[in-house]
Amino acid sequence: MSLKIRNVCKRFENEQKNTLHDINLEIKKGEFVCIVGASGCGKSTLLNLVAGLEKPTSGDIILNGKNIENPGPDRTVMFQEHGLYPWLSVMDNVTFGMKLSGVPKTEREEKAMHYLDMVHLADYKDYPIHQISGGMRQRTALARALTMESEVLLMDEPFSALDKQTSNRLREELQKIWLKTKRTILFITHSVEEAVYLADRVVVLSPQHGGVSNIIPINMERPRHVYDKEFVELRHRILEDVRGEAI
Amino acid sequence: MGVVIFLIILIGAWQGFYWLGVETLGIYKSYAFPSPIGVFERFMELSEDGSLWEALGNSLIRGFTGFVIAVIIGFLLGIVIHQFKFAQKSVKPIILGVQTLPSVCWVPFSILWFGLSAEAILFVVVMGSAFSISISVDNAIQNVPPIYKKAASTMGAGKKQLYWHVIFPAALPELIAGLKQGWSFAWRALMAGEVMTTSIGLGQTLIMGRDLADINQVTLVMLVIVAVGIIIDKLGFSMIEKKILKKRGLLT
Repeated sequence: MSLKIRNVCKRFENEQKNTLHDINLEIKKGEFVCIVGASGCGKSTLLNLVAGLEKPTSGDIILNGKNIENPGPDRTVMFQEHGLYPWLSVMDNVTFGMKLSGVPKTEREEKAMHYLDMVHLADYKDYPIHQISGGMRQRTALARALTMESEVLLMDEPFSALDKQTSNRLREELQKIWLKTKRTILFITHSVEEAVYLADRVVVLSPQHGGVSNIIPINMERPRHVYDKEFVELRHRILEDVRGEAI
Repeated sequence: MGVVIFLIILIGAWQGFYWLGVETLGIYKSYAFPSPIGVFERFMELSEDGSLWEALGNSLIRGFTGFVIAVIIGFLLGIVIHQFKFAQKSVKPIILGVQTLPSVCWVPFSILWFGLSAEAILFVVVMGSAFSISISVDNAIQNVPPIYKKAASTMGAGKKQLYWHVIFPAALPELIAGLKQGWSFAWRALMAGEVMTTSIGLGQTLIMGRDLADINQVTLVMLVIVAVGIIIDKLGFSMIEKKILKKRGLLT
């Protein structure tokens, strides 16, 4: 697996300057990359480009040697709002993608159970979506994204609509899951703490020029602890970076 | 319970007014003023000789047939105007325009095309409700939250799958509401069509009442038309609607 973002620019209609300008980034197999930046830096736009939900104005995004043009199951997205279907149960939501691709029922339910176990929702598989909490909905969305077993998993601020406690718990669990499954993940967040906690590399985008202003490798052992001296220092350094780029 | 007592009092008052105004004081002519007892007697006669049920059955079959055709046309049209930008710009305004036409206005046109036949009535029913359904379908699809479609497309959904697995289920509550409205249009159009033509049905029974100067029959048929409307709305569409909303947690 290789994901290459090459000289990518994105300018929206009726805008004076590029939202994203000359982005170059390469993500390796099994890598966890977080993108941070002050609001308006285009981090969600970058994710939408990789997802194929939008097209770059110039430049290429190449996954395994192929140019990305449309959305596809090799780049599943987990959104900030869960995007689960209220007419389906937890189980049917999780198996949704597999159903589209024609996986037989028993096989897809087996796989779904595996991931529902992983996010601690096995007991809730038959619940309707409106009867589970916000945190559980996000776990369901995570299980759904994991079952796709896509080449790269795209996460667009998946925990930022949750309360702090729930969001901290979910990121702990995401870390455990990542350690177990070693998925390739591109993760967008506005929280530097979240980024330092999760990532192998943190990419800082600048809202001033729309480009990458810094890439910081995080070489700390996992599980990480937010009160470790090294963690605090790194967080502080990156936060300075982000603030320095804010408009 | 309160409602039942209210209805009994209302009917009692109506009957009392009839006795006073028609039979005692003679202010109104009996052919111009219906009475509950008279309506009931007419009901017994027409149901005993079966003509009321035949008319009701014919009207219902015609209404449903027309409605089903209208639903098929309305869905296809709704999807077309949603899916193609050009149709959105060109066809939709025409549909919106035609939709403002009261269904009874289709009757002369229909008679010239089909004669005084059952097909003529069917045509009026379809014209009366298909456009309303197509607009509802377009709106219902329009209101599906974009994130549902985005999520599905990043899970590999093609256009057809998007419609079957996401758009239609997501829009279902609104689609049912649209069908409900479409049915009420169909039912009205049906009566407009039946009143003007000669095929056996409730509308024709209504007109026969007029021709016989039998106001009790006229009132009876009107009441039956209202009853059918209420029963289909409450036992049909509203129950389905409630069930769906409850399942999605939108109704407690």
